Amino acid sequence: MTTAFAILFYVATAVFVAGLAAKIARYTLVPAPLKIPTTPAPLTKAGVVFRMAREVVVFESLFKGNKPLWIFAALFHFGLLLVLIRHARYFMETVCAPVALLQPFGLYGALLMMAGLFLLAARRVVLPRIAYITGPSDWLLLVLLMLIGVSGGAMKLFAHTDIIAVKAFMLGLMHLEMRPLPADPVLAVHLGLVALLMIIFPFSKLLHAPGIFFSPTRNQTDNPRERRHVCAWAAKLDAGRE
Amino acid sequence: MAEKFETPVLGDPTERPMPVLIPGATADLKSYVAAPAHNEALGFPAQLVEDWKPKAIGLMGDLLSRYRSLQVFMDICVKCGACTDKCHYFIGTGDPKNMPVARQDLFRSIYRRYFTPAGKLVPGLVGAKELTRETLDEWFNYFHQCSQCRRCSVFCPYGIDTAEVSMAAREMLDQLGYGQKYCNEIIGKVHKIGNNLGLPPAALADTIEGLEEDIEAETGCAVKLPIDVEGAEVLLVTPSADFFAEPHVLGLIGYAKVFHQAGISWTLSTKASEAGNFGMFIGNYAQMKKIATRIHEAARELKVKRIVFGECGHAWRVAYSFLNTLVGPWDFLDPRYPVPQHILEVTNGLIANGGIKLDRSGNDNMVLAFHDSCNVARGARMGDRPGGQFVIPREVIKASVPKLVEMCPDTTHEKTFCCGGGGGLLTDELLEIRVKGAKPRMEALKQVVDSQGVTHMASLCAICKAQFTKILPYYGYDREMVVSVHQLVSNAIIMGNND
Ligand code: HEM
Ligand code: HEM
Ligand code: SF4
Ligand code: SF4
Repeated sequence: MTTAFAILFYVATAVFVAGLAAKIARYTLVPAPLKIPTTPAPLTKAGVVFRMAREVVVFESLFKGNKPLWIFAALFHFGLLLVLIRHARYFMETVCAPVALLQPFGLYGALLMMAGLFLLAARRVVLPRIAYITGPSDWLLLVLLMLIGVSGGAMKLFAHTDIIAVKAFMLGLMHLEMRPLPADPVLAVHLGLVALLMIIFPFSKLLHAPGIFFSPTRNQTDNPRERRHVCAWAAKLDAGRE
Repeated sequence: MAEKFETPVLGDPTERPMPVLIPGATADLKSYVAAPAHNEALGFPAQLVEDWKPKAIGLMGDLLSRYRSLQVFMDICVKCGACTDKCHYFIGTGDPKNMPVARQDLFRSIYRRYFTPAGKLVPGLVGAKELTRETLDEWFNYFHQCSQCRRCSVFCPYGIDTAEVSMAAREMLDQLGYGQKYCNEIIGKVHKIGNNLGLPPAALADTIEGLEEDIEAETGCAVKLPIDVEGAEVLLVTPSADFFAEPHVLGLIGYAKVFHQAGISWTLSTKASEAGNFGMFIGNYAQMKKIATRIHEAARELKVKRIVFGECGHAWRVAYSFLNTLVGPWDFLDPRYPVPQHILEVTNGLIANGGIKLDRSGNDNMVLAFHDSCNVARGARMGDRPGGQFVIPREVIKASVPKLVEMCPDTTHEKTFCCGGGGGLLTDELLEIRVKGAKPRMEALKQVVDSQGVTHMASLCAICKAQFTKILPYYGYDREMVVSVHQLVSNAIIMGNND
């Protein structure tokens, strides 16, 4: 089991990192030929950073758009964030203060995340217009995240595993050493699904996490009259002009 | 008006119920397909090309590599549905394909099939679809039922702008020889004659002479509407509707009076006798640039120092946001003024510094509402602060009329609804979707008419004005209820020697 999971995690990490890097490179290289911020938009770079921060941290536009969804989204994402920060302990030799500080809130993170996921899923059944736009891949991600949460929570509550050994395994992977992984079925499920999530990530709508930073309607300054904005391919069209 | 469709019943704009889904409700609402002559004039294939399939995929790949918006938007939509109930065409028709995300998905399903690993491996899982002849028909219908108003992009957590997707789809259709008659015919007229309405120089001169006589008869002042005058300070570029019909013309008279009273020398241009730039509607950069080039040339030939745009929404988006990019730099103009300026920026500045004087009694008994035009609200700005596009028109209206009333906040400022006729939909064969798409605006208008005695609604866009003039009667209102902002200025401005 140890070897299989070691290989799985190396593969998953490679796909995740390479896939994301390729996508981010693509988003960087494809130019934005025109100024299209959704106005009113900030006039300065600092203003754009602040606008983007509001979008990422408090989902500002979603708040304007749909209050119940905003609550569900906040439950899920902040729960997830809490869980992930707590998980950082598996990857650091000595646990740093913020991660240590959040350790007591493990179950809350899981509960918030699970509640969020459940409500997000319920919307997709109950609201006809959301059901209409929902496809199998949308369900796949929700179910995948739920199963990761359930398996994690199960370990936390009753199907306990040797987390010291899990940590040793993970740190070992990071140092290219093989250390034994506890042979618990729930842990195997948890880790297998996490690896699957990492592999899917760069090929799915989870690209919204890096993608939001590249959205021209949100990351452009509103200064087209003051500064001429011309991308490379558009500049070529200028060549013929007087 | 014996129409084949029913005008929507207006409800309370503050508690708009979720529309019931009616799949296929507008599936047969099709604009006219462009004729070979319309297409060829713009350098597009005369009709749908034989090898449309490989060509379409090639075109899509090209657009994805040239427009970051399109590439990013195709990937990052999470199907959260925050946009679903934000489109006036969905609200008015209930057709689920008029929900912004579903409209995007018409494009995205093809993108996934041909440009993503998941779509190639497991198409059924990720909603990837084969490109077929039917796909093109569906695109033609539904991407011409989007007025590119960007309302959906305000509420999307990632700012996904369906207008960008519509533009890309229309660009592809045009390059395949399957364009829309309305847009392509109009662009042809701009190239051939100089403006969207196809008014030749002689007709323009006639109209202008008539207007000068009217103004003099009304005010006793010899207000001129100069055309092609070299060495004028300002080149005014205005939508050709301003030369053609009410209430647009009344706005043009307003601009003329403002320049006259402020003592600013100005000129119109026959070459640039159109502010609108339909190149944006069809998502074609080269066309947009070509149309904008006329303005650059006219400004050079007439040796003006400033460029001012008349009242037009989508024209102002292209002017404000794109003009510098398309045909800048404008270093031969007076650097003290932004290029271009909006006529409302000019008028508002003159009101503030006493350059013109207004008397509200000129608009006695009028209670105004103001319709924020979508492309001004969400695609441009006025003045030097974010949101100036909301403040400046209101300041000017308040200085001109006794009373200005705000409509329901869900329908104004950045949340404003499109009039229903924008983005290349202002054509008779689309009347049904235009009437239905106007529903949210009409609801908000009805509310202030009933509760606050609003008599008129001001607009600063040629398309909005034309659209409302046409559809107001369907909702039981007078077509003359919609007025130009500068029509109000025109009624209020004190002419003659003000000292
Ligand atoms: C920059 C970081 C991120 C931001 C700003 C962000 C924001 C959002 C927003 C605004 C939504 C729409 C509302 C909703 O449906 O919840 C959403 C949906 C979603 N996010 Fe994120 N997210 C981020 C990172 C992540 C990560 C790391 C994951 C998972 C590993 C994730 C998984 C999801 C999923 C699965 C949905 C769709 C939920 C549904 O089916 O309704 N997000 N995200
Ligand atoms: C390689 C990465 C991961 C490892 C090694 C790992 C391991 C574990 C372990 C050992 C537990 C049990 C904790 C305990 O008994 O106290 C756990 C819990 C949990 N895991 Fe993971 N996990 C990983 C990634 C993830 C990811 C990506 C998610 C979410 C998408 C997740 C969600 C959870 C949740 C919700 C719990 C229960 C609450 C908690 O302890 O925080 N895990 N995980
Ligand atoms: S841009 Fe406007 S018309 Fe088009 S989908 Fe969005 S809200 Fe509807
Ligand atoms: S609001 Fe944005 S992310 Fe959500 S479904 Fe609509 S387009 Fe997709």
